[in-house]
Amino acid sequence: MAIEIPQSFWLYFIFFALLLVDGLWCMLATRNLVRILIGVEILMKSVTFLLIVAGYFSGRMALAQALVITVIVIEVVVVVVVAGVILGLFRKHDSLDVENTRQMKG
Amino acid sequence: MSTFLLLVPFLAVVVLNLLPKRARVAAFAITFLVLALETAAAFVARFVAVDWSFLAPVERVLGFGLSLDHLGGLLLLCAGIVGMAALLVGRRTLAEASERFMFANLVLVALVGINGIAMVRDLFTLYVFVEVTAVATFILITLRHGGHAFEGAWKYVILSAVASVLMLSSVALFLLSVGGISLDEVKTALATPGTLTWVAIALFLCGLFVKGALVPFHGWLADAYTAAPAPVSVFMAGVVTKASGIFGLLRIASSCLGGALPGREILLVVGALSIVVGAFLALGQSNMKRMLAYSSVSQMGYIVLALGGDLRLGIVAAALHFFNHAISKSQLFANAAAIEERLGTLDMDKMGGIAARMPVTAGTTAVATLSIAGLPPLAGFWSKLLIVMALWNAKEYAFAAVAILASLVTLAYFLSLQRRVFFGKTLPEWAAVREAGAGLLVPAVALAAITVVLGIGFPFALRVLLGGGA
Amino acid sequence: MMTALLVVLVLAALWASMTTPLLRAALALALTSAMLAVVMFSLGATLAAVIELSVCAGLISVVFVSVISLTQRRPFKEYLARRRARLRRLWPLPVVLLALGIGLSFVRAPVQIALPLPATDGDVRTVLWNLRQLDLFGQILILLAGVFGVLVLFKKEAKDGD
Repeated sequence: MAIEIPQSFWLYFIFFALLLVDGLWCMLATRNLVRILIGVEILMKSVTFLLIVAGYFSGRMALAQALVITVIVIEVVVVVVVAGVILGLFRKHDSLDVENTRQMKG
Repeated sequence: MSTFLLLVPFLAVVVLNLLPKRARVAAFAITFLVLALETAAAFVARFVAVDWSFLAPVERVLGFGLSLDHLGGLLLLCAGIVGMAALLVGRRTLAEASERFMFANLVLVALVGINGIAMVRDLFTLYVFVEVTAVATFILITLRHGGHAFEGAWKYVILSAVASVLMLSSVALFLLSVGGISLDEVKTALATPGTLTWVAIALFLCGLFVKGALVPFHGWLADAYTAAPAPVSVFMAGVVTKASGIFGLLRIASSCLGGALPGREILLVVGALSIVVGAFLALGQSNMKRMLAYSSVSQMGYIVLALGGDLRLGIVAAALHFFNHAISKSQLFANAAAIEERLGTLDMDKMGGIAARMPVTAGTTAVATLSIAGLPPLAGFWSKLLIVMALWNAKEYAFAAVAILASLVTLAYFLSLQRRVFFGKTLPEWAAVREAGAGLLVPAVALAAITVVLGIGFPFALRVLLGGGA
Repeated sequence: MMTALLVVLVLAALWASMTTPLLRAALALALTSAMLAVVMFSLGATLAAVIELSVCAGLISVVFVSVISLTQRRPFKEYLARRRARLRRLWPLPVVLLALGIGLSFVRAPVQIALPLPATDGDVRTVLWNLRQLDLFGQILILLAGVFGVLVLFKKEAKDGD
């Protein structure tokens, strides 16, 4: 694509920070398990973005892409497993409230 | 040889799943064999030079980034021994055949992950294998859908994901500051660290601390250990949490062996915090597994603390404590499994006077708890001594004092455990309790024996250890 | 142009965090992945962008939709009450993001990237297959673990009313 790419790393870092804060806030401001997972996903996107930007600015795009591909595969499996845990929690409590995960004392 | 360690458990999983349904009972035996090979491998690396040239084509594909050194051998040894113990406990406590089959498969997958962690020379590949082990462990915790299995898994899963984000950000920053993520490149970068390298290594360590449940990221450990089925608790407490967390720290520390570790003050503080917070949290527990979990947090703190002292001695001390804790803590969880099986509860306030009914369990619990508290001549005494010496050599007297004083708290909560569970008059409801079956006693006795033998024979072992180097 | 793409990316992520119906949030997440893929493509990471698009925007959305549809049970009234409380916690977010973005843009970048560029970068496929084989093995392992996960976690309970 023939679009102009700004050469300032800091610009990309700002957007990474915005995505990071968005993901964290999403995770913390909700009581719904699925939404917490969405927050986690947004965090993973932010870090994927940072990896590609790092690859761009260090000139090692091939390495960065290879890393990102592995990260995406891992991300998928983790999402599937978390979804399974959410399902298990739902079946037990019939609710998606995160308070159900705070029941163990101590 | 290193590729062998990755391939054998993997092929075992394949074989296990190709077996016809009726032959699946052999799963445990096969897994046990693999674990025995794993334990043997730790020694083969050191003493025997075997000709592995027939593996050359495979080596060329996979062996590229692997190398097995003594530190890796330590992890292999722990994984093998703890794995075998977990398997024996699982044989007794996992009733359904399907559960046992899944357990065997997942332990093998986790084993490949742990072997990978032991041998990789690259920060990103370390992350990949840590994730492999973590995912296998998540599933192991939820093996039995009952109880609080999913609650225990949830906190671990979410915090683990956050840790992954930290480690990956670190990798990105390393790409920017060093241009690569192999251990050699990181080592050169750490020699003359700039701001970017500092932030990168700090982020990576934070990720490892979350996975390893060090303070202030220890929130998930108690729930996960308590909610997991007995053999999974043994496996997790014995090797998984350590491999995913502080082993990475040990690896980075040992590759910086030239100079001092940058930021060791932070290690001292995190270590001391973990020791103290873990110990005090353990004091107030009435659930036996929960107390053991917080005790693990405390002991991990000791390992981190050791690395903040004189590095040469500190790594040996940390490695020894790593091993001792793997042996003793898995034994304690095996004892907890025995008690849970016979009494049906883990609430220590409901117990009393079990010693008369379950003497072997009581005896082995005493050995392990005293070893962790650091009493001579048990193994734990030597590792605590080395840690204090490493701190003393580096003139960190305050932290050495913290280490010693915390041992008293450790002794306190373990004595509380002993008093509540074993000593005193046998309560009427436990009058008919029998000693645990051989299946649960064999691992407990074997592990306790290792603790005693290592403790008594330590001066001899030390010569071998220091001769081999870190 | 790139800045505009990045802004849309953040807006999509913001929408995913703030929107109330879960299905819409999952859709927003898919959109975020798609935008990220576009950004990655523009930066030259073509292979990774394709995989991000197909796997994250595709596969993960399928997982989300299945989980959401399997766990929908709450009556609508409760839904609305929760929504008010949630929005109260969430409305500062866009403000914070705007402030953060503007604030950071005035900060001078504290780090200079003075890294010598490598002689040749190589092709992703070469790097992946020749240098990062262990990562590939790790991917196989984690997919294997994922399969076991599905078998263990999504097992149909015998007494489940579904």
